[in-house]
Amino acid sequence: MKIGIPREIHSGEQRVATTPDAASQLIKLGYSVAVEHDAGAAANYSNSAFEEAGCEILATADDVWGQSDLVLKVRAPEQGEENRLRSDQTLISFLAPGQNPELLETLTRSGGSAMAMDMVPRISRAQKMDALSSMANIAGYRAVVEAAQHFGRFFTGQITAAGKIPPAKVLVIGAGVAGLSAIGAAKSMGAIVRSFDTRPEVKEQVESMDAEFLMLDFEDEDGSGEGGYAKIMSDEFIAAEMALFAEQAKDVDIIITTALIPGRPAPLLITAEHVGLMKDGSVVVDLAAETGGNCELTEPGEVVVKDGVTIIGYTDLPSRLATQSSQLYATNLRHLLTDMTPEKDGNLVIDFDDEVVRGATVCKDGETTYPPPAPKLSAAPPKPAEEAAPAPVVVAKEPSVAGPIVGMVVAGLALLGLGAVAPDSFMAHFTVFVLACFVGYMVIWNVTPALHTPLMSVTNAISSIIIIGALLQISSADNVIMWIAVVTAGVTAINIAGGFAVTRRMLEMFRK
Amino acid sequence: MINDGIVNVSYIIATILFILALGGLSNQETARRGNWYGIIGMTIALLATVFGPDVTANYEKLIVALLVGGSVGLMLARRVQMTQMPELVAVLHSLVGAAAVAVGFANFMGHGGDFTPVERTIHDIETYLGILIGAVTFSGSVIAFLKLSARIGGTPLTLPGRHLFNLGLLIGAIWFGYQFVVQSAAGGGLIPLVIMTVIALIFGVHMVMAIGGADMPVVVSMLNSYSGWAAAATGFMLGNDLLIVTGALVGSSGAILSYIMCRAMNRKFLAVIAGGFGTGGGTIAKGGDEDQGEVIAIEAHDTAALLAGAKEVMIIPGYGMAVAQAQHTVFEITRMLRDKSINVRFGIHPVAGRMPGHMNVLLAEARVPYDIVFEMDEINDDFPDVDVSVVIGANDIVNPSAQTDPESPIAGMPVLECWKGTTSIVLKRSMATGYAGVQNPLFFLENTRMLFGDAKATLDEVLKAL
Repeated sequence: MKIGIPREIHSGEQRVATTPDAASQLIKLGYSVAVEHDAGAAANYSNSAFEEAGCEILATADDVWGQSDLVLKVRAPEQGEENRLRSDQTLISFLAPGQNPELLETLTRSGGSAMAMDMVPRISRAQKMDALSSMANIAGYRAVVEAAQHFGRFFTGQITAAGKIPPAKVLVIGAGVAGLSAIGAAKSMGAIVRSFDTRPEVKEQVESMDAEFLMLDFEDEDGSGEGGYAKIMSDEFIAAEMALFAEQAKDVDIIITTALIPGRPAPLLITAEHVGLMKDGSVVVDLAAETGGNCELTEPGEVVVKDGVTIIGYTDLPSRLATQSSQLYATNLRHLLTDMTPEKDGNLVIDFDDEVVRGATVCKDGETTYPPPAPKLSAAPPKPAEEAAPAPVVVAKEPSVAGPIVGMVVAGLALLGLGAVAPDSFMAHFTVFVLACFVGYMVIWNVTPALHTPLMSVTNAISSIIIIGALLQISSADNVIMWIAVVTAGVTAINIAGGFAVTRRMLEMFRK
Repeated sequence: MINDGIVNVSYIIATILFILALGGLSNQETARRGNWYGIIGMTIALLATVFGPDVTANYEKLIVALLVGGSVGLMLARRVQMTQMPELVAVLHSLVGAAAVAVGFANFMGHGGDFTPVERTIHDIETYLGILIGAVTFSGSVIAFLKLSARIGGTPLTLPGRHLFNLGLLIGAIWFGYQFVVQSAAGGGLIPLVIMTVIALIFGVHMVMAIGGADMPVVVSMLNSYSGWAAAATGFMLGNDLLIVTGALVGSSGAILSYIMCRAMNRKFLAVIAGGFGTGGGTIAKGGDEDQGEVIAIEAHDTAALLAGAKEVMIIPGYGMAVAQAQHTVFEITRMLRDKSINVRFGIHPVAGRMPGHMNVLLAEARVPYDIVFEMDEINDDFPDVDVSVVIGANDIVNPSAQTDPESPIAGMPVLECWKGTTSIVLKRSMATGYAGVQNPLFFLENTRMLFGDAKATLDEVLKAL
């Protein structure tokens, strides 16, 4: 079979559906490959490079469409391309059949087959053909590059002779493939990166990239929908989310939004009000511009400045990195074709028992086969029904209010009783005692735990102030008392000298 | 000679200096100055007393006593190994207790002063309390010293009916106290006082005998507290505010330390004092012998490779490091790793070792800079970022079952969460349990490696391999 690669005719589109490398692989599968003249030029793949890889160069699109059995494209057919499909021909490209029912109808009517790369189910086996992920990865990276282009400062913080440069703060909303890619790119440029997502299970992935995951305090709501995408959230959740964004908008320099819900307009996340809160010179990159935009002020395909904030609404970010994205897309296609060419004889087999092929095929033999039956496996396994029991925490007993009060009353009564009988001289000493206890209490709490041992030895030394008791008795006329006092003085002297000296020795050892 | 007024002013100055001394210990920079405040305060108080109106004779005996005592003290302080600090502190506590008893008896025999009957009663009670607390401190500290220096075993002595025994001692002490006050009013009272002293001594012995090795930090700080209260009671007896204030400072200091230690083990103070917890090590408590799975052993050179390949290393020392005297080797390893710009930090559990702050002193001795030594609360949240945790001779303080198993004897005790790091290496002599007698599930975790052997010997090998 002959594979045809026409030049992309969408204005500004620079990608191409195959590269010389991928083409040579396809030839090994038994296909012959024909490439339209200059199809890869915009992506820096020259005609001669294709020729070296064994491809035939055809002068016009008519030749390519006319001669090939299988047409590989990037963009969905447009400007009459859709009418070129013949009944014995197969087309593989991005198609977005959900959004383009007329296109789907036209293709169906042609009697040929069409496969949508954006309909490849998100199952583990199909990851190597997941062109959406490949493109999202590139878009996320490119979003950061575009943001850097329009942002007036460094991403990384520096201390220079000319002063301090604060690092840029980047908020990435939606931590899917594009979001994670943006996080990685921004992080590696030195920015402070935060990320928000309605799906709590991506927290780990975000944190594994060293970014901060912003959480909403919503216990039960898990935003994971099918196929690894997010689903639509409740009103309360959205209100809380908006409040979070408003708060973040004041702080961050760059917002990159990547929130998509498949088959629906992109959710509105950044309102005009949020943009107003952002600092002048800030940048918003809206990766969802094509489906309406996550930012209210986004103009698809344009860069606009509103309220001093640059809002980038490019819908062709992968195309702006055409060499890279062509290579990844071509590889995805090649993987798909490898799976569909079981005999390696250059014959394409559309096998509906293959879940991937079934999912991607939107029409065959004049019949619309979209939408496919729901895939059984989702990218992230759904939450197990039974959460692992949270680690049991030994709950401290609620401190009873009555206990301390009763204790205080008893202590108060005891003190009153004491005051009633005790002479003044005792009460004077007692006052000093109670105050000293409180001073001790206040002072000791400040002692750092590292110095608890020196604290004990120094308190030991000063508690031998009891030597004064011995000194007061040493002049006694009674010999027994005198000798007791002498011995006591000696013993406490050990304590004084030993306590202070050992404390000093220990403290000398503490060093930075 | 100086008069009463100057003596009192000197005492006030000394009091303030003592408070500043304790306040100075709030951080390492001011601690040395704090110690000097203490020394100056003590010197002022001594000089004021010696040259005051109350000391009139026997100067030569006094000086000899001070010189002899002082030299012995200095010698002890010079000689003591940092690993033996708990023993030294216990000995010094016992001396304060002994002094309180001696001063109390001397004062009682002196019978000085004119008292009204009420004052006499209060004075007698003060004397009595001073001797009681002093005696408990003395005998308790002696036993603590013997236990800490391993002259007697760390196993708690659990006599049958020991609570009743304690209660009996308490009632006896109160009864003889009453007898003492009554007889003292009539001019006698020495016999009940002596009997009470003996009871207090027995009580001190029995109390500390019943407490296990792991609770030693509580015991040491509790005895510290008692020595303060003994001084305060003596101060009441002598009507001396300096003693009262100093005693109260020391007493509350020790009480707070005891509280901190109890909290760090999630135990009630009374439960610790009642004793019976914490066996001598090696025996297995209930539920401990069920099959927990296999431990994964590791060799010294693999340990070295792991450490060299890490970015964040956390070292968790325990009493085993003190026993093996391994702190210097630990420091050498730390230095080598830090030279390779590996971030090495130390995580200290409040009750690691045998007295509050024991590990900090040991590490300081080995010249580990104190700004890489952290408290449990400061560092527990960082464990998920730690590549390798090295647990040296510690067990209960890194036991995850304190958090996961409500049935565990140590349930609720705050622990260092080293299992949240990438790898934990546990240095241990054998698979014996810790002082709490609880098996440690940490050892059986997949990310735990066991390095068996004497801590010092194995660490020396690790150092060589590095």
